[in-house]
Amino acid sequence: MRTLHHRHFASLIAVATLTLAAGCHKKAVPPPPPPPPAATSPAPTASITVTPDSITPGGGAVLAWKTSDATDISIDGIGTVNAYGTQNVQPTDSTTYHLVARGPGGSTDATARLTVNAAAPPQSTGETMDEQMFEQNVKPAFFDYDSYDIRPDAQTILAQDASFLASHPTLKVVVGGYCDDRGSAEYNLALGENRANAAKQALVNGGIAPDRVRTVSYGKEKQFCSQANEQCWQLNRRAGFSLDR
Amino acid sequence: MRALKGLSLPHFRSILFILLLLSLEWKAGAQDWVRTGTNLGAARIRLAAADFNPSSADAQTPALKTTFDTTLYSDLNNAGIFDMVSKSMAPPLTPASPQQMNLAAWAAAPANAAMVAFGSFAVNGGQIAVYGWLFDAKNPESPQILGKQYNETASQDNARMIAHRFADEIITRLGGGIPGIAETHIYYVAARGGNKEIWQMDYDGQGQHAITHLGTISLSPRVSPNNDRVAFASLGKLGWSIRMFSLVLGRQVSFNSPVGTTLSPAWSSDGAKLAFSAARSGDPEIFTSDANGGNLKQITTFKGPDVSPTWNPKTNAQIAWCSGRTGLPQIYMMDSDGTSVQRLTDGGYATSPSWSPNGQFLAFAWNRKYGPGAPGGQDIYIMDIASKRWTQLTHDEGRQDFPSWSPDGRHIVFQREKGGGSEIWTMLSDGTEQHRLTQSSGNSMPNWSWK
Repeated sequence: MRTLHHRHFASLIAVATLTLAAGCHKKAVPPPPPPPPAATSPAPTASITVTPDSITPGGGAVLAWKTSDATDISIDGIGTVNAYGTQNVQPTDSTTYHLVARGPGGSTDATARLTVNAAAPPQSTGETMDEQMFEQNVKPAFFDYDSYDIRPDAQTILAQDASFLASHPTLKVVVGGYCDDRGSAEYNLALGENRANAAKQALVNGGIAPDRVRTVSYGKEKQFCSQANEQCWQLNRRAGFSLDR
Repeated sequence: MRALKGLSLPHFRSILFILLLLSLEWKAGAQDWVRTGTNLGAARIRLAAADFNPSSADAQTPALKTTFDTTLYSDLNNAGIFDMVSKSMAPPLTPASPQQMNLAAWAAAPANAAMVAFGSFAVNGGQIAVYGWLFDAKNPESPQILGKQYNETASQDNARMIAHRFADEIITRLGGGIPGIAETHIYYVAARGGNKEIWQMDYDGQGQHAITHLGTISLSPRVSPNNDRVAFASLGKLGWSIRMFSLVLGRQVSFNSPVGTTLSPAWSSDGAKLAFSAARSGDPEIFTSDANGGNLKQITTFKGPDVSPTWNPKTNAQIAWCSGRTGLPQIYMMDSDGTSVQRLTDGGYATSPSWSPNGQFLAFAWNRKYGPGAPGGQDIYIMDIASKRWTQLTHDEGRQDFPSWSPDGRHIVFQREKGGGSEIWTMLSDGTEQHRLTQSSGNSMPNWSWK
């Protein structure tokens, strides 16, 4: 998706550039608004987001950034980065990620703030859970390539997920098993089922009744990130949770 | 193996000579064992297909006749058993009947035809009337091998269909009695507007159209041996289940799909059984059932993914499938009751087995040199099951998957992902004559009909 947007954006710029260039060549028409000097490079653009924007200690978030017309891009605390990309972060304190994009046309910066909350007491008032609240508290577990083994980091997350669900006993969840887009579609659907089931088992081991947890495999049919690099593949290899309504 | 022995010889000249000999021998030998089993072994017959004689003045005739001539030539050319006389080398003759046939002109250079297909094509009162003959140019005394007559309502589809039927008659007669595939279909998955539906097309890519309109993700279409139903896996509110679409009734019919993620159906060749992957207990295993889903039997118990079964269509006594029980997926085979499990691939990433109609081969997708930085690609291979010898059929053309055999065993249809798109391709089962069948991107998981 991001790649697509990026391409669309690039083609828009191309169209704009062409239009400007064509304007410059219309010598017959008197030019009331003087065309901008052709030699000027466009100023870089930059954006950065962090999802989610607040976590509890030990939780993780994903930084995603996108720039254009920049030759030197860096994020404070991370260093030099590519023109666009994503990265997992797991800070212990609230952090502002400051992106600076420098290019021939100047420099532009953008920031994203990730708040690390003190572990909030779960709201066990029993009323309907809103989607955002659920997502903030029930985090996905990530997997190694071609594996459905629960890693230590995933074990930690799943234990937190289980404790949240234990304190909200009316909630039912769907565990989705996801795979990166390499390999074969049928095999990945089976592997995704193993991942979803491994995550379900971890919740059950954490005291959640099996009939509150349903599994669905998405294999490589649904992707969270579409670039062909390990950061992106890692984001796609997960067991993710949603409310079962 | 032999080439390695050759390399160890001391003298450069002998090495060269032996390599030369070996390369010739390897070529002959390797091609032979593949071709013998894939019905491609015999020397190709030099065949000419004359443009048919337009024997009516109806305004529809030229367009329909062009379709017929093109389709007939293409079907015969695709068959894999003919050395076709190119239209530019054929005599500029369109004999309408045996009386007008000048066999000597076709037998002479540059055509050098051993066989000639010819006839007449007319449209009268909205009906196509075709007379077609096949003559043996080397037997002028008694040349006729085939004489056929076809009458159908005038339409482009029927012009193509008549050509397919006449081509199949010729192929059956000259191809050792094995029926041609010109009337077969290919089922596949087409991604359109965020959903994936099951589609159908003719074997040559014509007539592409949607079969399902479910508005979700449907995968792994498998047509029944008698062409009356298509089984497939579909994502519903409660996850993946196997669904059954009746091609006769034009609607979905009931199938008792097990609870839990159920995937990758496969028909036995008698149409009585299905094998599939089901995760009733949370771990995907291979199951078999009757054609309506009843009489469910679990036949594997291996930790990890087990998926993509395919029956030995010759006997229905064995099933090959893809298992991740040791890590990366490998191809295995077992008796259809789950006993006598054997691993067939020795490493890499191997998926999507398809059993050849004669029971001799498995086609599958394999990335042999798998791993970080490894130079391997995911290609189509076939393995001779008795000897475990394999041959790579595709090379350096993106990522291939989901091979499926044509009923004559001479062709394989497969999915090729290249440059961001995924398309359906066919090739002869020795890897030659690769043709793309779809153009629109987002086409995958082809399945060739049984007849």
